[in-house]
Amino acid sequence: MASEALGSVGVFVAILGGTLRGSVPFLFVSLGECLTEKSGKINLGLEGTLLTGAMSAYAVSFLLQGKLGSGLAPWIGVMASGLAGLCLGFIHAWLSQQRRVNDIAVGIAMIIFGSGVAFFLGKSFIQPKAPQLPTLDLGFWSTVPAVQSALKISPLFLFGMALAPVMHWFFRSTRWGLIVRAVGDSPDAALAMGISIPKVRMICIMVGSLFAGIGGSGLSLYYPGIWSENISSGQGLMAVALVIFARWNPIQCLWASLFFGGAQALGPALQAVGIDQGRYLFNAIPYLLTLVIMVLTCSPRKTLTGAPGALGEKS
Amino acid sequence: MFFTQTNWRPITEGICIPLGSLVLALVLFGVFVTILGNNPLTVYEAMHQTAFGNWRTFQGTLLRAAPLMLTALCTALPARMGLMIIGNEGALVIGGLGAVITGLLLSYGNLTPSLTATPTELSPLLIQLSMALAGILFGGAWIGIVGALKHYRGVNETISSLLMNYIAIALLNHLVEGPLKDPRSLNKPSSFAIPEPFMVGNIGDTRIHYGLIYGIIACLVAYILIQRTTFGFAARVAGGNMKAALVSGLPVGKLTLVICFLAGSCAGLAGMVEVAAVQSQANSSLIAGYGYSGILVAFVARYNPIAAAMVAILLGGIINSGGTLQRNFNMPDATVLLFQGLVFLVVIYSESLYGRFGWFRQSQSQ
Repeated sequence: MASEALGSVGVFVAILGGTLRGSVPFLFVSLGECLTEKSGKINLGLEGTLLTGAMSAYAVSFLLQGKLGSGLAPWIGVMASGLAGLCLGFIHAWLSQQRRVNDIAVGIAMIIFGSGVAFFLGKSFIQPKAPQLPTLDLGFWSTVPAVQSALKISPLFLFGMALAPVMHWFFRSTRWGLIVRAVGDSPDAALAMGISIPKVRMICIMVGSLFAGIGGSGLSLYYPGIWSENISSGQGLMAVALVIFARWNPIQCLWASLFFGGAQALGPALQAVGIDQGRYLFNAIPYLLTLVIMVLTCSPRKTLTGAPGALGEKS
Repeated sequence: MFFTQTNWRPITEGICIPLGSLVLALVLFGVFVTILGNNPLTVYEAMHQTAFGNWRTFQGTLLRAAPLMLTALCTALPARMGLMIIGNEGALVIGGLGAVITGLLLSYGNLTPSLTATPTELSPLLIQLSMALAGILFGGAWIGIVGALKHYRGVNETISSLLMNYIAIALLNHLVEGPLKDPRSLNKPSSFAIPEPFMVGNIGDTRIHYGLIYGIIACLVAYILIQRTTFGFAARVAGGNMKAALVSGLPVGKLTLVICFLAGSCAGLAGMVEVAAVQSQANSSLIAGYGYSGILVAFVARYNPIAAAMVAILLGGIINSGGTLQRNFNMPDATVLLFQGLVFLVVIYSESLYGRFGWFRQSQSQ
C-alpha cells in the first residue's frame, strides 16, 4: 500500500481524502435541515430521506445506463434522488402541520418509513453495479497515487460548497430569506405581514428534504459508491445535531460537515496503515463527537443563540 | 377504564381511531404489495395465518411480543413525562451485554472460559436473577445517561438517545470481536454461550419462554406506577405542563432521572431475555429491530402500558409473518419495516382526528 509507505503523512492524506469524500452527505443534509429549522420546524426524518435518495439515485442510474449511456444516467439519478426527497418532504410537511401532531414523532416515523421504502424497493439493486458520477481529479499535479486518489473530488461536493454561501446570502439579503426567517422566528409577525405560514414551511421542508435526497445520491453514486442497507448508518441523524453545532448558519454548516467527515475518516485511515485494534470503537467516534458537542453547546437554562424563535413550538 | 353511561362514546373513539388507522395502513401496504406483483388479499390472509392462525404459529408471535412489550416501555414511560426517548435498541444491546457478562462471570468465573471449563454448581435461579438484574442495571444506566444529559445540559433527548444506539452497537461489535470473543464463532463473532442449565426456560411444553411473563409483569407494574402512584402522577403533571410542575415544587430533575432509568431498565431486561432465553450468547443477532419496533408499539398504544402489551402481540404477529412473506411471496425482508413505517405515519395522522367527529362526544344533556 502506498499510504503505508508514507507513514504518518499517509494517515494525514487518507484523512484528508476521507474528509472530502465523507462530508458530502453531511453537507447536504445539514443544509437541508438548516433551511427546515429556519422556518421553525424540525425534520428528524432526513436519515430516511438520505437512504431513499441513495436508493433512487442508484436504481435510476442503473436502469437508465442502457438508454442514456453511463455518462448521463448518474446525473438523472441525482435528479431522481432530489425528487424522492421532495416526495418524502411533502409527507413530512403535511403531517407535521396537522393539529396536535408533534414533528419529532413524525420524524421518527419518517426514519422508519424512509428506510423501509429504500430497502423494500432497493432490494433488487444491491447486486448490480450502477454507473457512478464522474470525479474531478484535482490531484493531477502529484505523482503519489495516494494523493491522487484523495483529491478525486465529486462535483456534488463543489455544488454543496457553493450552496452554503448562496444559502447564507439568501437568508441575509433576500426578501424570501426574510420571509423564511420571520416564519421561523416569530410566526405572529409573519402572520401580520400577510404570509401564509403553512405554505412557507411546506416549501422549506420540501426543499430541505430535496437537499437531503441529493446527499443520498452522493452516498450511492460517489462514496462509497454502492447501494447497501447499511450505507448511511446515522449520518442523516448526525447532520441534524450538526445544525445545532453550526448555530443555524449555512457557512458554519460547511465547516462542521468537513469536521464530521474528518472524524468519520479517522477509523478507516488508521486501518489503512495497519492500526486495527478497536476499529469498531473508532467507528463510533462521530457519534461520540456529536454527543460531546451537544453537551458542550447546549444549556439547560437559556435557548441557544441563533436558534429560530419558534423552533419546536406546537403549531 | 370502565364504561359508564356517559363516557362510552369517548372510549369508543379511543378504540375506533387506532383500529381505523391500522386498516388504512393495511390498505396503503396493499398498494406496495401490488407494485411487486402480489395479490394483497392473499398476502393479508397469509400474514393472518402465520401471525394468529393456529396455536403453533401463534407461539412465534408471542415469542416476538415478549421483547416488544419491554422495549415499548422504554419509549412509553418517558413519554408520559413529555420526553421522547428512542434509545430502545441501544439499551437492549447494553442490557444483553450486561446479562451475558454476568452470566459468564457467575458460571465460569471469567469471560473467556477455556473450552473444557465446567460451569459452577450455583443454583440456576440465582444466576438467572443476577442476569436479569444486570440487564436492568446496565440498560437503566444507559438511558439514565440520556436523562442526565437532558436534565443537566439541556441536550435534546431524542437525538442523544438515537446516537447512543449507534454507540451501543459499536460497543457490542467491539466486545464480541475482541475481549468477549469465542474463538469458535467464525462467521458471526459472538461471546461465549451461557451454559444450557442457566438459560431461562420455556413455559410448560410450549416454545414460549418466561420472558413473556417478564414483559406482562413489567407492563402491569408500569401501568400501576404511572396511573396509581404519586410518582406517576407527578411525572404526568410534568409531562402535561412543565411550568406548573416547577411552580408547584415537583422535583422535575429527579423525576427525569428516575423515569429514564426505569425506561432503560425495561429495554435492558428485553436484552437479557433475548440473550438468556433465545440466543444464549451476545452477537449481532441482538440487533433485530426490537428496539425500533418498540417505539412504534408505544406510539400505537398511546403510551399506555397495558395497551402496549396488547399492541406488542399485534406487532409481534406482523414481525412473525415477515418470514412467510419472504418465503411464499418472494418479498424483501424489509417488507415488515415498510409496513411498520406506514402504520407509524397513519397512527400519527390519526392523532389529529381525535375530537373531530361529533358522534364520539359524550352527550351534554345527561
